[in-house]
Amino acid sequence: MPTSIRRWAVAVAALALVALPADALAKTEIHFWHAMGGQLGETTNELVKQFNQSQSEYEVKALHKGTYPEVLTGAIAAYRQKNPPHIVQVFDVGTQTMLLSGAIYPIFQLLKEQEVAVDWADFIKPVTGYYSKDGNLYSLPFNSSSPILYYNKDAFKKAGLDAEKPPTTWKQVGEVSRKIIAAGGAKCGFTTSWPSWTMLENTFPWHDQPFATNENGYTGLDTKLLINGEFGVKHIGQLAAWQKDGVYSYGGRMGQPDPKFINGDCAMLIQSSAVIGGFKKAITKFAWGTGQLPHWGPPYKKQNTIVGGGTLWVMKGQKPADYRGVAQFMKFISEPHQQMWWSLTTGYVPITQTAIKNLEAGYHFKKNPEQWTALSQLSAAPTANSRGHRLGNMAQLRDVIEPEFENIFAGKKTAKEGLDAAVARANEILKEFAAAHKP
Amino acid sequence: MRRAVFKHRGLPYLLVLPQIVVTLVFFFWPAFESLRLSFFRTSPFGDRTFFVGLENFQRLLTDPEYYRSVVNSFVFALGVTALGVGAGLFVAALATQKIRGLAAYRTAVLWPYGIAPPVAGIIFLFMFHPSYGVLPYWLSFLIDYEFNWLLKGWVAMALVILTTAWTHVGYNIAFFLAGLLAIPQSVLEAASVDGAGAVRRFWAIVFPLLSPVTFYLVVVNLIFSFFGSFGVIHAVTQGGPGGATDIMVFKVYKDGFIGLNLGSSAAQSVILMVVVIALTALQFRFVEKRVTY
Repeated sequence: MPTSIRRWAVAVAALALVALPADALAKTEIHFWHAMGGQLGETTNELVKQFNQSQSEYEVKALHKGTYPEVLTGAIAAYRQKNPPHIVQVFDVGTQTMLLSGAIYPIFQLLKEQEVAVDWADFIKPVTGYYSKDGNLYSLPFNSSSPILYYNKDAFKKAGLDAEKPPTTWKQVGEVSRKIIAAGGAKCGFTTSWPSWTMLENTFPWHDQPFATNENGYTGLDTKLLINGEFGVKHIGQLAAWQKDGVYSYGGRMGQPDPKFINGDCAMLIQSSAVIGGFKKAITKFAWGTGQLPHWGPPYKKQNTIVGGGTLWVMKGQKPADYRGVAQFMKFISEPHQQMWWSLTTGYVPITQTAIKNLEAGYHFKKNPEQWTALSQLSAAPTANSRGHRLGNMAQLRDVIEPEFENIFAGKKTAKEGLDAAVARANEILKEFAAAHKP
Repeated sequence: MRRAVFKHRGLPYLLVLPQIVVTLVFFFWPAFESLRLSFFRTSPFGDRTFFVGLENFQRLLTDPEYYRSVVNSFVFALGVTALGVGAGLFVAALATQKIRGLAAYRTAVLWPYGIAPPVAGIIFLFMFHPSYGVLPYWLSFLIDYEFNWLLKGWVAMALVILTTAWTHVGYNIAFFLAGLLAIPQSVLEAASVDGAGAVRRFWAIVFPLLSPVTFYLVVVNLIFSFFGSFGVIHAVTQGGPGGATDIMVFKVYKDGFIGLNLGSSAAQSVILMVVVIALTALQFRFVEKRVTY
């Protein structure tokens, strides 16, 4: 019947109208799992939004999957179920696990195969060195930071100290702390966040001391920790002695000690440069500044600290066509403009020479000297001791080291006993990891 | 008397099927997977697995740290159960007194159970934290002892026991309340007439009549402390300081999810399961005999 045919025609036409534009608009989705919460999460989302608006082919979907370990275990579970995200943010200590996973698409290879050019030589060495294998970059550094000293200028003034001169050596840290406590400027001299990361993982390369055998694990899997040697015992032993007389105050793991500094209890704090942005908002009661991570001075050489934070890994197992978009997103976030914006908004360090130069040209570091501190620690060309750490199950190594710190600072064990115990357990973990990854 | 008989033979099976499916999928399958995994060494991404026989178990059973976590678990579980059941009985007894606003009190004492353990952990963390907690600050004026559980193991253990017991006390109160209200007043009045005081009445009548409830609560609290206490430890101490609050279930999580050592983690969960089954069986075998239903 003509009417019914006409009806059909109308319906088909309507369908076509609805279906066609939708089809043309369908973007390829790229899933990106990360661990950036709070202000950092908002900044990450903004970055992703900028990319999505910059082109029309791909839509990056950013998803906050929880803490770093949660993101990693989530990605592993998804990979085992053959549905991994395209991009996953993994913390520094997960690097070895990712490298040997067989589940990743190395970033240098991805960009080469997708013919997307990125000038790797422009990236600063302490950052690329950590995440490279045989000179090739395996994951894209995203949020990189390094531990620095934060100090309370008001407390310094109260003790008659020069508020523009933070202590640079550990000896000075001890002296300054005593003066401040005596003058009533603070209850304790200093505290340390992320104890293993700041006091060992960074303090060792900063003094050009080996943290583990095999060039900190870079040249082999049968690696053992070296933190219970003379240098480690000296450093941790000094902290334990200071813990007893109040110069040092152990405040727990991760960022838990921060409030001791923020509320004025401790005059100094050693913590990641990543919290600069947060501290600017949180600290209103006193003026504060930053200085380099303290050093023991000669005979130890001043080398470089290492970077902490996360990098973006591309995972295997997605549709081949999607990887073109992944490559474009990677290029986008490594461009100087995005680099600078990210660094300015968060306090993470910019990681390309161009971005740093552009910031210098705008007198950014003159106006914000605290943002230069971490970069100044990363300027030296890394040695075998200061490239980074390539250790299996490193998150678990921290869980072995920090309880022993607590035993040492509680006076239950000497520095030597505690570090020996940590090394013995850590070596077991490393052996287990090596056994699970034997070629 | 007529027995209730299902007309259709298949119907009873159909009716229990959902429960059986749930148990199979959510208990037997994972338990079997754990058992299987415990005999392997697996790389984190599961791309490499090696059969290692009993090596994972052997490793654990020769590890002093593991024994410490077992001891910690028992200290923790007994502490939580004693405190949780004791306080539950005490509060429930108070909530059966004839006082004004009884209904409001009864509702209020059940509230803590509505709070998820991790949230309770965070609340206690804020109250008790040596750096920013308000209680250590007040305490410092009263007692010249630093309750710094970031370094003092026993304080940390006491804190997680207190927190966990608090999250579970509402549950205990609810059961004790029901038990107490079910005790016939006439028996108690008769005892009063015979000259029994409040204490005597409690031990001679109330407590024996409550014994089935108490027994049930002890079993449930122990199981809960062994299995379900992960949230509080994770939020408050992370097993520290120096492993003082590292209990078995937290170590299962830590080695499996942080350490990505699935073989060891699976072996630990198998041991944990065996321990709890044995403990429960023992209780039914010996303690239940003294329970009067």
